[in-house]
Amino acid sequence: MTAPPIVRLENVTKSYGKVESLRGVTLDIGANEIVGLIGDNGAGKSTLIKILTGVERPTSGSITIKGEKINAGSYSVREAQKLRIETVYQESSLGEKQPLWRNFFVGRPITNRFGFINVKAQREAAEHIMRTTIGFRGVGIDVNTPVSSLSGGERQGVAIGRAMYFESDLIVLDEPTVALAIKEVQKVLDFIRSIKAGGRTCIYIEHNIHHVHEVCDRLIVLDRGKVALDVPTSDMTYAELTEFLMSLHAPARNTA
Amino acid sequence: MAGTRQAARSGWLARFLALEGVPIAIVFAVLIGLFVITAPGAFTGYRIYMSFMATVPPPMIVALGLTLVVVAGEIDLSFPAVIAFASYVFCLLFKEYDLTFVAFGAAILVGVVMGLINGLVITKLGMPSLIATLAMLFVWGGFVTVVSGGISLAIPTVRGTAIHTIFAGRIGVFPVQFLWALGTAVVVWFLLNRHRFGESLLFIGDSLKVARVVGIATDREKIKLFTLMGGLSAFAGVLLSLETSTYFSQAGMGYLLIVVASVFIGGTSIFGGSGKVIGTVFGALIVAVIEAGLVASGIQGFWTRFYIGVVFIVAVTMNTAIEDPDKVPLLRDLRAFTRN
Ligand SMILES: Nc1ncnc2c1ncn2[C@@H]1O[C@H](COP(=O)(O)OP(=O)(O)OP(=O)(O)O)[C@@H](O)[C@H]1O
Ligand SMILES: [Mg+2]
Repeated sequence: MTAPPIVRLENVTKSYGKVESLRGVTLDIGANEIVGLIGDNGAGKSTLIKILTGVERPTSGSITIKGEKINAGSYSVREAQKLRIETVYQESSLGEKQPLWRNFFVGRPITNRFGFINVKAQREAAEHIMRTTIGFRGVGIDVNTPVSSLSGGERQGVAIGRAMYFESDLIVLDEPTVALAIKEVQKVLDFIRSIKAGGRTCIYIEHNIHHVHEVCDRLIVLDRGKVALDVPTSDMTYAELTEFLMSLHAPARNTA
Repeated sequence: MAGTRQAARSGWLARFLALEGVPIAIVFAVLIGLFVITAPGAFTGYRIYMSFMATVPPPMIVALGLTLVVVAGEIDLSFPAVIAFASYVFCLLFKEYDLTFVAFGAAILVGVVMGLINGLVITKLGMPSLIATLAMLFVWGGFVTVVSGGISLAIPTVRGTAIHTIFAGRIGVFPVQFLWALGTAVVVWFLLNRHRFGESLLFIGDSLKVARVVGIATDREKIKLFTLMGGLSAFAGVLLSLETSTYFSQAGMGYLLIVVASVFIGGTSIFGGSGKVIGTVFGALIVAVIEAGLVASGIQGFWTRFYIGVVFIVAVTMNTAIEDPDKVPLLRDLRAFTRN
């Protein structure tokens, strides 16, 4: 890697009480890389993402973003957004009772200098996102629809559309294609390719190894809170990767 | 058949009923109508209206603050003590030092600090607001009773001062404080529906977890919320002192139930994530008009609470039914029954 990495994690650990979700993770995410993060259920992928995006604080270890060392005490989702990191979380990050025009912009609404929201501008932008990026053709859905009346896939679409809109430098996608129909999955994959083409960076968490292998430059496998593999995708065929992942499972199965 | 009925429902009538505050305004109008019939003497004259416009502002202002609190999925039960404390500070500074606007400022400041402490206890000790503010009701209530020595203060000379004219004077026969209450309602409406602070409250009430994930500083916003609630409660306390030109340590306690009732009669959901400011304005008016109206109708005062309760049930059911009739199980079953 020639350019300095956009993200560097060193020895990051995270414990929830007695559960050690991350046990010393060290990794770099290079600029304009598409990195696939894979591993078993409970391997610690989402935890890693939450630490990176300021939702959770690491128990120990250091985070460097764009060359700047992050102060764990003051790091927050807002800080991450200011560093132009955008995330689609695995769990819902939408306000159920709130209309779409609020959900697209929550956390960073379009306001005047007194903090009053420009509802008209937000409605128009939301309308635009829905027509162009997500391609909602759903009957009866408009910018005033509350999230509670959307289908699972539509919700996912809203979260992804929101991530697309803010054109951040690093986009983190935690299982974005869950609940999506095949056409929409293709759109997400196209989006990931457009991130690459636009010179931006992406961390892509996905259980469908086929998709990961197809779009990612590099693969990182997490296994019970540790990095088990970190290789360029070109070093491994799809079959080899599958075999590696299965071999990871095997000892665990034997000891159980 | 069902299709045309659906179309009719989504017509102008449904849209009119769905406007914020319309259903509850209708309840209010119906009540006034009933009282005009049962107590024509009082309710066709202007005096009774002027009298309740003079007395309703303090509970209305507190109810507006409480609406924001409920939107965020929280509750504040400490406001009666804040009202009493602010009222005490104002009356004491006026009586002892002849202070007016400074006394006003000091009273508001006391409320703000008490609200801030509430916010800190809730966020930093991680206590549910119901428990924390109930405890604070005892703490502040006990404290003000001790500090004031349990006695009342009368400040009759406050009438005629500039501060009295501004906050509790009369324009002709019209009580000025009602304008302050309406002004507060407008500010609170914009705060909730058009300001980023209100949006934070909506998302916090919707789901605290989601609010955190989208980058809302949930603790800071909650502290701001309880501080604002403290300030509004104190404002109500001062208005009460100005109108009645007294302080007594139980001032405010009488508002506890009617303020909470006003918020929910107005249609704000107890589950958080949404709130109806205009509803709260009418909620407070409804409670006040029932009190005034029953007395004028010659019904014993004891019945007041009974009728507030009945109207409470009717108003909340009506609000739900207008939003979606199927959310009221009885109506849903009736509709299903008539369709068969
Ligand atoms: N808030 C929490 N409290 C306690 N334990 C947690 C919490 N969040 C995660 N964990 C634990 O940390 C471990 C890693 O969880 P994580 O969500 O990071 O897994 P994951 O790799 O994203 O799995 P999946 O593929 O199923 O999404 C799990 O054992 C989980 O039980
Ligand atoms: Mg996960």
